[in-house]
Amino acid sequence: MIEATHYVVLSIILLCLGIIGVMVRRNFITVLMSLELMFNAVNLNLIAFSFRLSDLAGQVLAIFVITVAAAEAAIGLGLIIALVRLKNTVSLDEADLMRG
Amino acid sequence: MDFLVANFAEILFYCFAALTVAGAVGVLVLRSPVHAALSLLLTFVMVGALFLLRHAELLAAVQVLVYGGGIMVLFLFVIMLVNVKGLASSEVFLSELAPLAVVGGVLLGILVAFALVFGVFASGQGDGTALRSAGGEVLGNTEAVGMVLYTTYLVPFEVVSVVLLVAMIGAIVFGRRSAAFERRGGEEGP
Amino acid sequence: MKLYDLIWLVPLFPLAGAVFNGLVSNRRGLSKAVTHSAALLGAGLAWLYGWAAMIQWFLTEDRTAPYVVRAFEWISGGAVTIAGGRTAEVAIAASFQVDPLSAVMVGFVTFVGFLIHLYSVGYMHGESDRAYARYFSFLNLFMFAMLTLVLGSNLPVLFVGWEGVGLCSYLLIGFYFEKDWCAAAGMKAFIVNRIGDFGFLLAIFFAFFYFGTLEFDGLFRAMANDHHGDLAGAATIIGLLLFVGAIGKSAQLPLYVWLPDAMAGPTPVSALIHAATMVTAGVYMVARCNYFYQMSPAAMLTVAVIGGVTAVFSATIGLVQNDIKKVLAYSTVSQLGYMFLAAGVGAYIAAIFHVVTHAFFKACLFLGSGSVIHACGGEQDMRKMGGLRKHMPTTYWTFLAATIAIAGIPPLAGFVSKDAILAKVFEAGYTNLNDHSGIYYLLWVLGLGGAALTAFYMFRLVYMTFFGEFRGGVESEHHLHESPWTMTLPLQVLAVLSIVGGLLIGFPGQLFHLEGWSFIDRFLGPVVLQAHGDGHHGHAVGLGLEWILVGLSVAVAVGGILMARRFYRLDPAWTWPQHLAARFPLAYRMLLNKYWVDELYDATVVRGTVRLADLLWELDARVVDGAVNGTRHATVGSSWLSGIFDLQVVDGLVNLLGNGVRVTGRESRRLQVGFAQGYVMVMVFGAALLLGIFFVATL
Repeated sequence: MIEATHYVVLSIILLCLGIIGVMVRRNFITVLMSLELMFNAVNLNLIAFSFRLSDLAGQVLAIFVITVAAAEAAIGLGLIIALVRLKNTVSLDEADLMRG
Repeated sequence: MDFLVANFAEILFYCFAALTVAGAVGVLVLRSPVHAALSLLLTFVMVGALFLLRHAELLAAVQVLVYGGGIMVLFLFVIMLVNVKGLASSEVFLSELAPLAVVGGVLLGILVAFALVFGVFASGQGDGTALRSAGGEVLGNTEAVGMVLYTTYLVPFEVVSVVLLVAMIGAIVFGRRSAAFERRGGEEGP
Repeated sequence: MKLYDLIWLVPLFPLAGAVFNGLVSNRRGLSKAVTHSAALLGAGLAWLYGWAAMIQWFLTEDRTAPYVVRAFEWISGGAVTIAGGRTAEVAIAASFQVDPLSAVMVGFVTFVGFLIHLYSVGYMHGESDRAYARYFSFLNLFMFAMLTLVLGSNLPVLFVGWEGVGLCSYLLIGFYFEKDWCAAAGMKAFIVNRIGDFGFLLAIFFAFFYFGTLEFDGLFRAMANDHHGDLAGAATIIGLLLFVGAIGKSAQLPLYVWLPDAMAGPTPVSALIHAATMVTAGVYMVARCNYFYQMSPAAMLTVAVIGGVTAVFSATIGLVQNDIKKVLAYSTVSQLGYMFLAAGVGAYIAAIFHVVTHAFFKACLFLGSGSVIHACGGEQDMRKMGGLRKHMPTTYWTFLAATIAIAGIPPLAGFVSKDAILAKVFEAGYTNLNDHSGIYYLLWVLGLGGAALTAFYMFRLVYMTFFGEFRGGVESEHHLHESPWTMTLPLQVLAVLSIVGGLLIGFPGQLFHLEGWSFIDRFLGPVVLQAHGDGHHGHAVGLGLEWILVGLSVAVAVGGILMARRFYRLDPAWTWPQHLAARFPLAYRMLLNKYWVDELYDATVVRGTVRLADLLWELDARVVDGAVNGTRHATVGSSWLSGIFDLQVVDGLVNLLGNGVRVTGRESRRLQVGFAQGYVMVMVFGAALLLGIFFVATL
C-alpha cells in the first residue's frame, strides 16, 4: 500500500537534492533548475496530502505553486540574460555586485 | 506474476520515484546545461506520473504542459541564447563549499524526515472519489478542481494572475535595462 | 454642507503639495514657477479651507465641546489590563478635533505659513530648480505635520505630527547639507529633540495605563470628574513627562541648545519653524493637556520655574551676540520661556495668546532679518551692517514695528500679551497659588527683568543694523537693495498684525471695566479645566494695582530702549559696551560663549558617549579579540606541545585542526561578501539548527 509517508520521503529526497544543487552548483542556470526541483517536492507533498485528506484544496494550491514557479522561472532567466550581458558569465559566484 | 499484479501500484510508484530521483541527481551532477535540462525534464514527467497515481489527473496534465512544455522550453531557449559554451568556463561545482553543503542538505533532510515521517499523521488511506466530486455530484477531476478554483479560491486565483503580470513586467524591465546598458558601449555602470 | 466634517483636508492639501514637489518636481527638475505654484496652492488651500471650516464651525456648533471627526481606525490592539485591574480596549483612531484651541492654532499656522511660503518664493529664487523643489516640498510637509499636530484629537495623532515637524525641522536645518556645520546642526536638533520625545512617549504610555484612553476629550472628562484628587499622582507623572517633551520641542532649559544652531537653515525656515509655529508646539501641548497640570501643583511649579528661568537666561545671552539670527534665536527661546511661565501659573489662555502674537512679530523679525541678510549678500554679522534704514525703507519700518511690539510698548501686540502673562504671574503670587507665593513673586521679578533685557537687546539689534553708517565696505554697499514684493508683502502684513493684532484678539478689557472684551479669553475659556473650589477670580488683583503693574512693565521696557539708545545710537563708537566688556571680562566672555553650555554638553554627554563607545570598542578589541586570540594561541600552543609529545601520531590531526580553522575562517568570511549561495547555506544550517532545537525541546 502506498501511503502519504512514501510521498513524503520522496519529496524530502527531492527537496534535499534541490537545496544541495542550489548551494553547490556554480552555473546560474543549473541553480534555477534546482529551484524547480524544490518546487516539485512541494507539489508532491501537496498532492499526496490532498489524496490522504480527500481535500481538493491541496490540488488547487499546487496549481498556484506551479504558477508562481513559472513566474519565478521567467524572472530568473531574465536575470541570467542580464548577468550575461553585464559580466559575460553565468557563474553565480561572480554575481557579487552586492559585496559590502 | 501474481506478485506483480497484486502490487502493481507499488511497483509503479517505486519505478517512478526512482526515475524522479535519478533525474534530480542528473541535474546536480551533469556538466552540460543541456544535459541537465533534459534530466530535469525526466524528473518533471515522472513527478507528473506520480500525480496520476494520487488521482490528480488535471495536475498531472498541467505538470507536463507547464513544466515539461513551458518552463523547459524557456530553459533551453536561454541556454541557446546565452551560448554557455562560448562563455569563460569555470569549475562545475564550488569545490570548497560542496562537502559542507552536502552535509547541510542531508542533515536538514534527515531532520525534516524525522519531523514528518515520525509524526502522527502519515499513515492511513484517503478516498479518490472525493477528488472527483463537487457539491456531492461526481464529475471528473478537472471539473471538480475547476469548481473549487473558480468559487472558493477565486480571489487567490486573481491575485496569482497579478503575480504573473508582475513577473512579465519584471522580465521586460530586465531586458530593457540590458538594452540601455549596451547602448552605453558595454562599460560597467557607475 | 459642513466643511468641518472634512477637517482632515486641511493637512492633506499641503501634503499633496509636498508629494508633488518631492516626487515630481524634484525628480524632473520642473521650473520654479510650477514648483512654487504647487506649494503656494497647497498652503493657500489649507489656509482658505481651514479658515472657512473654522468660521462655519464657530457659527453653527456648540463651542463648549470639541467636535471630533474620525478619519479611520488606526491602531486596534484588543483588550489590555490597565491601572487598578481594569481592562481597556486599545482602539486608537486617526481622528481630528475642532475646538477653540485648534481653531486658534489652525488659524494662525495656516495664515503665517502661507505668508512665509510667499516670502520663500522671493528668498530662495537663487537656488537650483531641484533644491527649490526640495525646499518647498519640505516646507509643505512641515505644514502637513504641524496641522496634524494641532488638529489631532488624541495623543498618538498629536505625536505623529510632533515627530513629523521634528523631521521637517531636521531636513530644513540641514537644507544646505553640503556644508558640514549645517548638517551637524540638523542632527543636533534631531538628537536633542529625541530626548524630549522619549519623555512624551512615556507620558502617552502612562496616560493609557491610568486612563485607558488617549482621546483628549476622554482624558479631560476623567480629570474633571475626579473630585477627590485620586488622579493627582498620575497627573503629576504624566504632566512632568509631557513637559519633558515640551522642553525638547520648545527649546527650554536645559534642552534649548539646538535652537540657536538651527539658524543654519534658510531664514524663512527659521521664521516659520523655529519662531512662529513648531517651537510653540510644546506650549500648545501643555495648554491642550492643561487638565493634568491643573491637578498637579508640582508639575505647574516645574513648568513655571523652567519657563521663567529660561526667559531671563537666554535673554542675557542675547545681549552680546553679534549674529543677527542668533540674537533672534535667543530671543525666541526667551519668549517661549514667557509662554511656559504663563502656562505654569495656569494662564493657558495668556500663553496661547502670546504664541499667536509672538508668531506675528517674531516671524516679521525673522523675515526682516532674512531681507537684511539677502541685501547684504549673506552677511549675518551685525558689526558689518549699519545704516540700512536708507537703503531698505520697507524692511526698516516693518522691522521697527515688530521690535517695538516685542519690546513691550503699548498698545502693540507684544505688550498686550506679555503684560497679560506678567499680570497673571503676579496674581499667582498675590493669591498665593498652591502655597508657592514667594516663588511666583520671584518669577514675576525675573519676568520683569527679562522684559527689560528684551527691550535692550532688540533695540541694540535695530540700532546696529539700521542706524549709523554702513560698515560692510564700499563694494557691498552698492549691492544694497530693497527686496522684491513677494518678500516685502508678508513683512507688511505681519508688521500690521504686530501693531494691531494684540488689541484685536485680546483687548485687555479688565483694565477699563470692560470685562469680556477680550475675544481670546472668551473663545478659549471652555478648553481650560477649572480647578476645583477655584471659582472665577478675575478680580483678585485690584484695578489700581493692575495699572501700577502695567506702568512698571512699560517703564522697564522704555528703560531698556533708552539704554540701548545711549549705548549704540548716541555713541557711534560704542565705547560704553566696550568699556563694560573690558571692565567685566569674565561676565562678558561668559555671555558671549553662552555660559559654555554647549561646551559643557560636549564635555559630559557627547564626550561621555564617545568614551563609552571607545570603551566598548576597547572591550571588543581587548577582551573579545583577546579571547579569540587566546583560543588561537592555545591551539597553537597545544599543537606545539602535541608535536613535542608525539610528533608521529598527532601531527596529522593537528594539521587537520589547523586547516579546519583556516578553512572555516576563510569560508565564514566568504559568507559575508554578497555571495548568494553562502546565504542559502547559512539558511539551511539555521533551519537544521531550529529543527534540532525543536526535537530536543519536544523529546
